[in-house]
Formats: sequence, structure tokens, C-alpha cells
Amino acid sequence: MNDVILSRIAEALTWTGRYVERADATGRILDAYLHRLLEDPWRDEDAACRSLYAILGVDAPDRHCDMQQVLDRLAFDARSTGSIEGALGAARLNARSAREAVSSEMWECLNSTWHALADQRTAARRTGGPYAYLELVRRRAALFFGLADSTMSRDDSWRFVVLGRSLERVDMTVRLLSVRVLDAAHAPDWPTLLSASGADEAYARVYGGFGDSPRVAEFLLLDRDFPRSALHALTTAEECLSALGRPRQDPARRPIGALRTHLEYLDSEALEAGLPALLRDLQQACMASAEAVAEKFFPYQGPVEWAQEGA
Amino acid sequence: MADIFDAYALADAWDEMFERPGEVRAAYEPVLAALQPIEPAELRFRADQMARAFTDRGVTYAFAGEERPWPLDLVPRILDALEWDLIQRGVAQRVRALEAYLADAYGPCRAFEDGVVPWRLLLNSPHFHRAAHGVEPPGGVRIHVAGIDLVRDEAGDFRVLEDNVRVPSGVSYVIENRRAMTRVFPSLFAEQHVVPVDGYAQRLLAALRAAAPGGIGDPRVVVLTPGPNNAAYFEHALLARLMGVQLVEGHDLVCRSNRVWMRTTRGEMPVHVVYRRLDDDFLDPLHFRPDSVIGCPGVMSAAMAGNVTLANAVGNGIADDKLLYTYVPDLIRYYLSEEPILPNVESFRPDEPGQLEAVLDQIDRLVIKPVDGAGGQGIVIGPKADRETLERTREAVAADPRGWIAQRPVALSTSPTLAGERMAPRHIDLRPFAVNDGSDVWVLPGGLTRVALQEGNLIVNSSQGGGSKDTWVLAEGPAEQRPEEPGGPLPQKAPRQLGPDGTRAVVQEGAQQQ
Repeated sequence: MNDVILSRIAEALTWTGRYVERADATGRILDAYLHRLLEDPWRDEDAACRSLYAILGVDAPDRHCDMQQVLDRLAFDARSTGSIEGALGAARLNARSAREAVSSEMWECLNSTWHALADQRTAARRTGGPYAYLELVRRRAALFFGLADSTMSRDDSWRFVVLGRSLERVDMTVRLLSVRVLDAAHAPDWPTLLSASGADEAYARVYGGFGDSPRVAEFLLLDRDFPRSALHALTTAEECLSALGRPRQDPARRPIGALRTHLEYLDSEALEAGLPALLRDLQQACMASAEAVAEKFFPYQGPVEWAQEGA
Repeated sequence: MADIFDAYALADAWDEMFERPGEVRAAYEPVLAALQPIEPAELRFRADQMARAFTDRGVTYAFAGEERPWPLDLVPRILDALEWDLIQRGVAQRVRALEAYLADAYGPCRAFEDGVVPWRLLLNSPHFHRAAHGVEPPGGVRIHVAGIDLVRDEAGDFRVLEDNVRVPSGVSYVIENRRAMTRVFPSLFAEQHVVPVDGYAQRLLAALRAAAPGGIGDPRVVVLTPGPNNAAYFEHALLARLMGVQLVEGHDLVCRSNRVWMRTTRGEMPVHVVYRRLDDDFLDPLHFRPDSVIGCPGVMSAAMAGNVTLANAVGNGIADDKLLYTYVPDLIRYYLSEEPILPNVESFRPDEPGQLEAVLDQIDRLVIKPVDGAGGQGIVIGPKADRETLERTREAVAADPRGWIAQRPVALSTSPTLAGERMAPRHIDLRPFAVNDGSDVWVLPGGLTRVALQEGNLIVNSSQGGGSKDTWVLAEGPAEQRPEEPGGPLPQKAPRQLGPDGTRAVVQEGAQQQ
């Protein structure tokens, strides 16, 4: 009976995966930025905050920006799915509407996280440090996906969760790099980029040192083994779509498959030269794929047929 | 040492735990022995932990628009094997009689012809659906799931308070209560023989599959919910998950050519049995309320065509009408040729010649209930109502005698319940759940015990701020298996003095086994 999954549930699962990944990535980015601001004696808080807004696609306010505003907007704003709390709230609602499809443990993880956030938010405001808050988010996101891996059958339900996570992961990695590439003046330095992706240690192991060059972009985009690299996430998304079993000319799979192949054979020089265009292509491919997935798998708001059928 | 039972003053009702002050009933001895030595602060801590666990797991209910943890009291309610045997037989009997009534009312109408029940009872009922007339459900089952509300009166006898054979809810809390209690008081379960409650989902699934239209090898069952905003959504999701079936909302289903399909990522799949958890009125906008957006257009036609089974059947409301309730003992005699095992609460029908006056005369001594009320709404308790309310009720009953019944007030039995840091007697009732697979009516051992958390309150619904208790049915035999006390075994119901010595003996016995 578990071979089938309701379209509505598939959609909810995809978005659950997306939102948890978004909360996780946003938390990592905020954490890396805060850390850098504190350690940097020549910090320019306003510029750093503006670049944060730019990464996450949020319009910056006209007045002077400080870290507290950023946290209010990107961490604590429950009304916006662009903030951690909004994303986790949306993930919880999606998981709730798919409660017989996600495992109890996954649901409890999201639900208890949601309830625990309030306490940590209060603590963050009182002590002026959101580290415990951000750490909670990171740990719970890891717990959630760990539970998905260990309590869900490798069926379509699981694939939709992973698909959502992978698409969001590509998107967040690309956003992070875009700021560096497009607006270098206010952009985070390379080490910050690495730690915002949770990649500093993995990078150090591969290249033996701290990130100080465009090699970071190469790592975050092309590394085959690092799970947050664009190539790795694209490969995972493509595997999911392929297993969801669709014809060759799959409009959901085609855009990311094409880019994945492109990335596989890209050399460092070409990467550096064509970086801005590549980042744009990546973002567009993810969007096109997500739209095609929605069109194909979630067509539940079908035409109203009963009006003619009568009693 | 502080004793949480110190200030326990018995109310004017049957108390489940104490026969007389200080004299505990046999079945409760181990529980009392385990609870009594616990410090109030420790009890509070355990209660808070439980509430926290319920919140985290999403076991909540809506109260005044707020998501609150499910209120489970720490003191279980215990039924011994004999009591349970009676309840189980009585509930099953009642369900069989109501099944017979539904088959009759939507079929030959013998009971009306024979004058057992007046015709107007059927014809005036807002729940009588023409659409259900002539639909012959597979296996003849219309009540797949029933919840029969029972109370225990002053004499300790169980009486039926009302029948729920439409969309009875609450069984998920029976399952969750047990799960929580085994975690908070693991040692208690080790020494008692409490009959488990985890067989419900399998029984339900078997009954639903048995109810599928004929000729379908592997019927697909779904649970139909109004959605996450419904107060009972937690229950719908739990049942779907425990049964391993899809939890669908109205727009997940589509009807074509009198068949029901669900929209999946692999196309449309046929559905054969819908365990629906929404009321008749909202089920199908083509037949019932046209403004319902949570239903599935066409599902009723598919059921009438015999292509899908709705569980429970549409139109069951005529059988749990509170006025019909007063006829159920007669129906048991008429259809089953048996005497009712569980009596009703003494009731009056203002609708009948002569009774209206009698009811109006003593309205201040009766409980007045609208026949259609749910969740304790609209109930007027005569002895506690002020004059204005009584006057208003008197007028309402006189204007619409068919809309009301009156009952002799019953002082519901009480059970010790944690109130602040002390135990206090609170009124309780019991809703056992029955599952009918067509050949057998099975009753889940125990049921949902609801408790009125306010002192003296007689209405126990959670929508009115009530709480709940884990309900234990003791398996037969443990009494004999217990080690013999010096001086021979105690008789089953022997009163037992809880002096300092007795207390210590019991505590030691409990401590040894931890």
C-alpha cells in the first residue's frame, strides 16, 4: 500500500525538506557572519548586514542596519518563510499535514523544535547572543534528516523529502557564492563562505589550509564528495527524480541533469571565467526543475468535474 | 511525610478508589500503595513532564482556540475483570440493537409498524437521510465504530448516558494515555495485569476491509479528515498511521462514474472504503450542504451505487438521537429478545402526551438536554441552574417538546485526581469503543475515562475543559496470583484499614517489586 503517495502529501514532504534545509543553511550563514563580525576589529556592521540581506534575497531597510535587526528579520520572524523561525514553522505545518507519511519521530523532532525555539529566542534576546539558538536549529535540522534517513523507507515519500532538501541546498550554496562574485566589496571573505557552508574542515582536508582563493568556489560548486556542494546536491536531486520513474525527456530532470553534466567536466579556469553566468544558470535550473516537479506530481487542484456529473 | 491523600474528602457519590474514608477498594490497592509515598512536588514534576511530552509529540487538543497538551491525570481508573465483562457485553448488545434499528429504519420499518417506536421519531429526525434509504451496506454493517458513554451512579451501577454511532472520537487518547502512563509509572504495570489497548488499529482495519464492496480482492482503505485545523486531526493521523493507510482530505479524492479515486504521484488510484471522520452534512456537497469545501463531491452517489463503503454509514444519526436513546432498552428486547445488560439513566420524553407537564413541573430537579447537542452544549442541570435559566428552558421545552429530553440527575462517580498538590475527588465517565466487523462486535478493553477538573462539575467533555484518565481493565486471575497475606488471602472486596502499619506493609510490598 505504500507504493503510492498522495500528490498533496508529496508536495508537503518536498516542502518540509526544503524548509528544514533553508532553516539550517540560514542558521549556518548567520552564525558565520556573527562570528566574523565579532572577531574583526575593523568591522563594518552595516555593510556586513546588507550583504547578508543580499544573500538571502531580502530587501535591506534604508536606515542603518545592525545585527539585531538582521536577527529579527532572518531568524525570529515567524511570518516569513525566509527566516529560520518562519521556515521551521512552515516545515512543521507541512509535516503536520503529512503526518501519516513522515515517521512519528520526524514529526516530533519538528514539533518539539518549534516549541523549543521560543525559549532560545528569549535567551538570545536577553544575552545578546544567538549562538545557542543557532546551534539548536543546526542540531535539530541534522536530527530531522538523520531521522528521515533512519526511519523512512527508501520509497517515494523519502525521495520527495530528499529532493526538496537537495534543490534548496543548491539554491543556498549558489546564493552564498553569488554575493562574493557579484559584489566583492561588501562580500564575506572566503573563509567565512566556507564556514557558512559548514565546509571549512572538509575544505582544509582536501586542500590543506584555509580558503583564501577562488578555489573555495571550485570546492563549493564542484566537489564530488562534499554533501553541500552544488554538484553533489544536483546529483542527489537527479537520482531522486530518476527513481521517481519518469520518461527520458523529463522536464524536471532535464535542466539539472544538463547542468550536472556540465559541472562534471568543468575545469578550474573555465569555472573562474564563467562563474557569474554559471551561478545564474544554476539558480534557474533549480527553479525550472521545481516548477516541473510541481506540475507533474502535484496536480491535485484538477479541473472541477463534478458540476456536470450531478447526483 | 506529606500525604497527598490527606485532605481527600469523599463527595456524595460512588468513589472509584475508596469504599469509605480510608478504605481502599481491592483493585486500587497497588496503585494507592505506589502513589501514596510520592511527594507532591514529585507528582507535579511527573505531571509536567507528561504535559511536555504531549506538547512535543503534538498530542494536543484545541481549547479556546489554543493548542493545549492533552490533560491526562496521573491516577488511573481501574475496572476489574467482572466489571469489564458486564460493560463489554452491555456495550456490544447495545451496538447490535442499534444496528438492527438502523437496518429496520432504512428498510422494512417493522419497529414502527409494531408500535415499538413512534413513526414521528424517524420522520422528524434531522439525521434521517433519504439518500441512505435502500442502501444495503456490505455485511449489513452501518456502525463500524461506536462510542457508548457510560456513567456509574450513586449505587455503583453502570448506566448508559448516550450512544455515539456517527463519528465517535477519542480512541487515540486511549492509546496515547496508555503510552504515557507506562512511561511515567513503569513499575505499576509490571505488578498489575492490565489488558493492553494496542490492538485497536488492527481490529479497525480488519473491520474496514471486511466492509469493502463485494468482489474486491485487496480493498484500499483511506481515512478521510477535514484537515489539520480539525480538533480531532491528531486522532485521524494516528489511526491512519497505525493502520498504514492514506490520510486523505476531500480534495485528494475525485469521483468519476460513481467510483472514487485518490490523486497520487503515480496517477489516480481506486478507493474502496472511506473511514470518514466528517459529519454527514459536510461529506458530499452534491447531496448535503452545498457549501462544504471539505467534502468530496460524488462520494455519496458512489456509495449508493455500491462501489465504495462509507464507514460509519450515512444517516446513522437517527440512532444516536437522544430521544431514540430512551427507546433503546425496548429495542434490545424487540430485536434481540434479550434484557438490557446496562440500564439507561431514568429519562422523560416531553414529546409524549402527559410527560411534558411532568417535566415542566419538576424542571428544577431534572437535567434537560437538547436531543441534538454535542459536547455537552446546551445542557441545563436543573438543581444548579438559576431561575432565569430555568424559566428560559421551560419556555424552550414547551415550544419544542421533540427537541428535548429530561433525565434524573446522576451523581457521577468520583475518582481521586491531582488538583494542585493534593488528591481530590472529581466526577468521571467512561466511553468504551466498539468495532463491528459484521460477525462480531469487539470492545476495546477500557475506553476513554474523562474527568471534570473543576470541583463538583458534572460535564466532563474536553471541549469544556475536562481531563482524562488512563483506563485499566485488569485481566482475570491476578488477584489469586498475588502472594498470600499472612492469615490467608483477603476476600475480593474486603474493607481494609489503612493504618500506619497497613500503609507500611503495602509500601514495602510495592517497593520490593520496583
